[in-house]
Amino acid sequence: MTPTPTPARPQTAAPGRTPGRARRRGALIAWAFLAPALLLFLYFKFIPMFTGLMMSFQEIRYIDSTWVGLDNYATILTDEAFRSAIWHSLVLALGTTAGSLVFGLGLALLIEGPARYLWFVRTAAFLPVVVTMAAVAEVWRIMYHPGDTGTLNMILGWVGIAPQPFLADEDSSLLSIMVMSIWRGTPYDMMIFLAGLVGIDRTLYEAAAVDGASTWRRLRHITLPALRPVFWILFTLAAIRGLRVFVEVYVLTNGGPNGSSEVLMTLIYKLGFQTGELGIASAGGIVLFAATLALTVLVQLMRRRQSA
Amino acid sequence: MMRFDSALGLESRRGPFATAGKILAYSGMLVVFTGPLVGLLISAFNKTLDPTSFTWWPDEFTFDNFVHAADRNVYRYLFNSFVVVGFGLLLQMIVSVFAAYSLARKKFRGMSVVMLIMLTTMMLPEEIIAIPLSLVLADLPVLHLNLIGTYAGMILPVGAWGFSILVMTEFMKEVPVELEEAARIDGAGELRTFFTIILPLCRPALGVIGVFGFTMIWDQYLLPLIVAPEAGMWTLPIALRSLRSDEEVGIGVLLAATLLALLPSIVAFLAFQRQFMRGLTSGAVKG
Repeated sequence: MTPTPTPARPQTAAPGRTPGRARRRGALIAWAFLAPALLLFLYFKFIPMFTGLMMSFQEIRYIDSTWVGLDNYATILTDEAFRSAIWHSLVLALGTTAGSLVFGLGLALLIEGPARYLWFVRTAAFLPVVVTMAAVAEVWRIMYHPGDTGTLNMILGWVGIAPQPFLADEDSSLLSIMVMSIWRGTPYDMMIFLAGLVGIDRTLYEAAAVDGASTWRRLRHITLPALRPVFWILFTLAAIRGLRVFVEVYVLTNGGPNGSSEVLMTLIYKLGFQTGELGIASAGGIVLFAATLALTVLVQLMRRRQSA
Repeated sequence: MMRFDSALGLESRRGPFATAGKILAYSGMLVVFTGPLVGLLISAFNKTLDPTSFTWWPDEFTFDNFVHAADRNVYRYLFNSFVVVGFGLLLQMIVSVFAAYSLARKKFRGMSVVMLIMLTTMMLPEEIIAIPLSLVLADLPVLHLNLIGTYAGMILPVGAWGFSILVMTEFMKEVPVELEEAARIDGAGELRTFFTIILPLCRPALGVIGVFGFTMIWDQYLLPLIVAPEAGMWTLPIALRSLRSDEEVGIGVLLAATLLALLPSIVAFLAFQRQFMRGLTSGAVKG
């Protein structure tokens, strides 16, 4: 495989004495190994990103496209459908993030420990995270059947709650999607919290117990502070994932009924692929990207200030 | 003296109430998180189906739903999914291993820029570039190829994944330099060193990026949706939506297809559990 003759003289690692040619050759090899990755990124990430940015300033037509400046952005920020889609995205992202964090932390505390049966419960509970979102959404769509024989309505019936319309009603569609997302997000957060819990020094707990601290105080003063970095990472990840949510909504309601669960990505998809408003759709993508970026930077800044 | 294996110290609590509480909590967790999947599993193999609900107690075992699934092209979709995930994963792992070798073992000008590029691609959610990506795929710049409606259109965009590259890079940094130098002194060339020394030592990390890559590619939805306009090229996840209403066989085919879409990731996860957990914590905790 290597047609180029390798130098017979071994090259020692002393950087000061490395000949310039060998170093250039090393750099060349490094770029050659990187080339496939960079090429794929260029074609399928950076060129689309740039194209999207350009398209967001234009009105795209089949024959000729006209430059419209910031008109597409103005449309997004003033259009009623976009405004409500942005609002739904934010609500869904925040609700899912908060729900998954709270339940994830609670379950992590409950299930922490080296016992074998705990490992089994953890593994089983983690299954929702690894399975395909599209399939999960189909499963939940069936369970959300609004009739009184629907799976979830039957369970609600056991505790005396009247049948709910779930996805079929404007007031409950977004909340129903959120519940499913929390169901899938909780085990993920739980696992990451568990990894954080394992890293806490056991002697701190023992020392606290010797000093007579209650479980609650131990939790508040040792466990939770130690989990802070994990918390921020999970918050950022989940919030970003929540903002860009698509499959969940597309499969469960496709934005309905009557736009009550329309999020930014489903609206962008419809504009781009169904109504052909490519310029506005691209501007929507850029806005979403900007929001994601702003959120990440904000969280990083807050973390830095907290740890300083 | 209490022992502290955990923050709450639940394990050291004995007695009937504590035990009952624990059993209740853990079985509750099992029911909530696996119940829906079990419901699907039972229903998919059941003869009489209620279109409004899962069947929890099977009355008659049957493969009928899976047989009818063939009439609705489900196995064609499954085949497409496997083609995409097979070649996609192979490409992704090769690309990651090569790139990681450069980033972990070489020193060259522009390395920090490359790292920045990797992190940018991880920050950039693919949903956001979906619309322009569909145009790029329809007419690749310079090459002028149309990848819409082809497997390549679903495979190439997942070929490079920042997460895989970074996990691999971290791992390769741990491989001692001495081994590499020894091989070089023995006269081994760049590729020989790479394939005979570095790669075998990275086998655990290959498991990590393999299982993550598999679930990531299997979970792709928007990409096949924009690449495959014709039903013949659909992958199983995007085909599910069209299987919902079937006049003749009812909900059965949908259940069978959903189960088929769920199983591969579950099998991959259970088989590579340790690697999965390792990737999960390294990926998330290190950002």
